[in-house]
Amino acid sequence: MRWKKVEYTGWGRVHQANGELARPERVSDILLATKDEAAPALGMRRSYGDACLNDGGKAIDMSRLDRLLSFDEDTGLVHVEAGLQFGQLLKIFAPLGWLPPVMPGTGFATIGGGIAMDVHGKNHHGAGSFGEHVTELTLATPDQRKVVSPENDAELFKATVGGLGQTGPILSAKFRLLKAKGDVMVVTERRVKTWEDFLPLLDASEATYTVGWIDATAWGDKLGRGILEEAETGGGLVRAAKRSKSVPVNAPGFALSPWVVRAFNAAYWRKVPSAGRTVVKPVDDFFFPLDKIHNWNRLYGKQGFHQFQCVVPVNAADQLRDMVDKIARSGLASPLAVLKRMGPGRAGYLSFPMEGYTLALDFRNTPQAETLMRKLEDMTLAASGRIYFAKDSVARPKSIPAMYPDLPKWQETVAKADPDGTYATDLVRRLKLRDLT
Amino acid sequence: MSQTWIILGATSTIARAFARLLAARGHSLVLAGRDQNELQIIAEDCKIRGAEQAEAVPFDARDAKTFDPILAQAEQCAGDVCVAVFVGSMPPQDEIDQDPSLIDGTVTDSFTGPAQFLTAIAPVLEQKGKGTVIGVGSVAGDRGRLGNYVYGAAKAGFHTYLSGLRNRLGRSGVHVVTVKPGTVDTAMTWGMDKLPFLAQPEKVAGDILKAADKKKDTLYTPFIWWPVMTVIRSIPEHVFKKLKI
Repeated sequence: MRWKKVEYTGWGRVHQANGELARPERVSDILLATKDEAAPALGMRRSYGDACLNDGGKAIDMSRLDRLLSFDEDTGLVHVEAGLQFGQLLKIFAPLGWLPPVMPGTGFATIGGGIAMDVHGKNHHGAGSFGEHVTELTLATPDQRKVVSPENDAELFKATVGGLGQTGPILSAKFRLLKAKGDVMVVTERRVKTWEDFLPLLDASEATYTVGWIDATAWGDKLGRGILEEAETGGGLVRAAKRSKSVPVNAPGFALSPWVVRAFNAAYWRKVPSAGRTVVKPVDDFFFPLDKIHNWNRLYGKQGFHQFQCVVPVNAADQLRDMVDKIARSGLASPLAVLKRMGPGRAGYLSFPMEGYTLALDFRNTPQAETLMRKLEDMTLAASGRIYFAKDSVARPKSIPAMYPDLPKWQETVAKADPDGTYATDLVRRLKLRDLT
Repeated sequence: MSQTWIILGATSTIARAFARLLAARGHSLVLAGRDQNELQIIAEDCKIRGAEQAEAVPFDARDAKTFDPILAQAEQCAGDVCVAVFVGSMPPQDEIDQDPSLIDGTVTDSFTGPAQFLTAIAPVLEQKGKGTVIGVGSVAGDRGRLGNYVYGAAKAGFHTYLSGLRNRLGRSGVHVVTVKPGTVDTAMTWGMDKLPFLAQPEKVAGDILKAADKKKDTLYTPFIWWPVMTVIRSIPEHVFKKLKI
């Protein structure tokens, strides 16, 4: 296997890693690579922080192992290699009337990454997490390929799903696609005036796909204003694909300065008429709204940005309100704040979801933002919530055990699967998730 | 009318991307190469992506016996037959300098092997009176460079062969496209330092298909290589011999 020395980052570009990457294109290559030199697997590096980094070490880039291995037209059961991207899966199957059961916010994420993070989508309240749909996965262990399912090894399965790649590279996975009514989305958008209105609307939503966008720069009597999006699949209306755009260079520091963001958010909120509206969107526009702008992370300039995402239980709604208030008053928030009602669905020991509300938003990488995020981390902990490893770049080790009560079980299984800590990543080391002394 | 595409060297990075584009158009694929396990995986992937049929067949540019079953299959094929050649090998020039016997294999993989196959299949294509042949050469074939002139020489030979084949097959309605990719982000180039204008295989595959649709004779992909190579070709030899590019 050929190794290439590279400097690479996660999507937020705050943390960097220097290391050697292999990028196998054949199954025989990956098996050889894992035998010779076991190393953590990476996908498209769409994790924001350092979950996808192994500074000073080696890693295996799985993005070229992206084939569809089998598909059953009757049941929708599909078997794919781990490097396949959600967006490709959607593009291939939506015209045939099938949708991936769960999709994260970017179509560039890989299935392997989706499993390692046990990702959720806009249908989490009904469909649960992605890992709950996985019926079987194959790990590349140094000796052999190992097929793991909830039936044949429940512990290893739960340690792998949401397990940050610590049980070894995922080669392939089987899961069932969902039958869709068509390949467009019928989206109803409603303006929401305040935080107090928002949560009941999210709770009451009966749509398959529901997500809230909030203006995290508005405070006082406008606190928590935003737009509620509810959607179902629909058919009969076909739209031509639009060309994607790209951010060619790093934007200057002021591009997302507070007044720009405030103006943008206000305009965005008013774009939806006060009486609401229903629009038809191509599936990828709805599921992956930002993917149309390639390298949008460059908008935050070369110093990068953080994303903060937490989930808190339903009864901690007031504490979440305090967090939004704190964010709004800080003037540090970005245009992209998402609020969603989560169901209880989770498939692994370290899966993020819990029944409650999740809030996600970006901050330009500044010392003030880091301080604020630490405070938000403490507030999340106090609210019995947790933060999301796929996004995190600043959390501290001491917060994790209480946020993730199944951590000891995960550690026990991972220690058996990888006693030498070969698959450890920068995030695992930073948060001391494994006992690697 | 359905098209059957014979893809030689189908496990190569660009060939994979190209096969997927053909699959999405619903064509039938004959995926030829050495690694049968890998070809089976690619065949199944292409079927799910819409290929009417896709099968893996053994092909080794250095073993002409492997050509016959593919040729027989082409003869029996009811619809149009098209061929795309992605085979080639590029051992590092310093290894060749140490072991000149490596030249044989390089020339066979990149030129004489595929040329033999194409010469053998030419009558079948002439008989059908339509179809497309795509030969993937390289910008390295445009000029003998210090870094890889044996590989370049093999590709230059292949370019000249394709030009002659185009001259021959054009008379019976079969079109030949010579593709000259620049540096592409493939398994072959992974780990090489500072490659200029590195292109993604999906982009190159898309360009190739477009060139075939438009019946272009020669394609530089990505396009930037056309002006670049025009300049490089025009440098007088007495100057070029002192350069290291």
